[in-house]
Amino acid sequence: MSKFSKSNNKKKKLVIVVSKGTIDMIYPAFVLATTAPTMGMDVDLYFTFWGLNVLTKKGVKSVKLASVGNPGLPMPNVLGMLPGMTSVATSMMKKRIEKYWPSVPEMIQMIKDSGGRIHACSPTMGFMGVKDDDLIPEVTDIVGASTFLGWAADPDTITLFI
Amino acid sequence: MSKNNLKSDKILDQRGRLCPMPIIAANNEITSLSKGQILEVICDDPGSQSDFEAWTKSRGHSILSSSNISNTFRFLIKKGE
Repeated sequence: MSKFSKSNNKKKKLVIVVSKGTIDMIYPAFVLATTAPTMGMDVDLYFTFWGLNVLTKKGVKSVKLASVGNPGLPMPNVLGMLPGMTSVATSMMKKRIEKYWPSVPEMIQMIKDSGGRIHACSPTMGFMGVKDDDLIPEVTDIVGASTFLGWAADPDTITLFI
Repeated sequence: MSKNNLKSDKILDQRGRLCPMPIIAANNEITSLSKGQILEVICDDPGSQSDFEAWTKSRGHSILSSSNISNTFRFLIKKGE
């Protein structure tokens, strides 16, 4: 039992809304989600909009880095519009990241192994046309806004939107 | 091995790995020790000092000694409950 839980006899929980599906938006969420259990915290990740792509069998293997509208990239922004630049930026970044961090599928497995829960947003599935069968087996369940607000309303919960 | 003649029961070398991997590895490794035993962690993520303090505080472990020699950190962590 951690000191966190002892102070009020209740485990703290980290809830993250993962709303984007690009490398630079996914990894910060995954880093926090893999670290939280080491601090004795529960983890719930809520994947919505472009974040949901990461939970599909196709999308989990092809998380990309946007080369347009990403002025932080070390190249002139206008080059980002050229054909093929997204895959250039993606492979460059992936090479660097995967030297230090596990891949996206491995991170998802780590979150599951440490007891974290991965939730798919039900309305996003509807308007993006994602079927149950399209989802990776690591998805815990498909839930909506009320479920999310139920977790977020708990005073022992920390909620982030990425 | 380390200052104060403290002897570690296990050594974990995490040099070359970035946050949060050293913490995750330490958190896994410490489960194999019993209360009071000492885990020695060597790492070079620049945030290690603060991160290891936060982690040990949250889990009831204690840092018996820490050193930073040209950005290589060495922690002796005593397992709590």
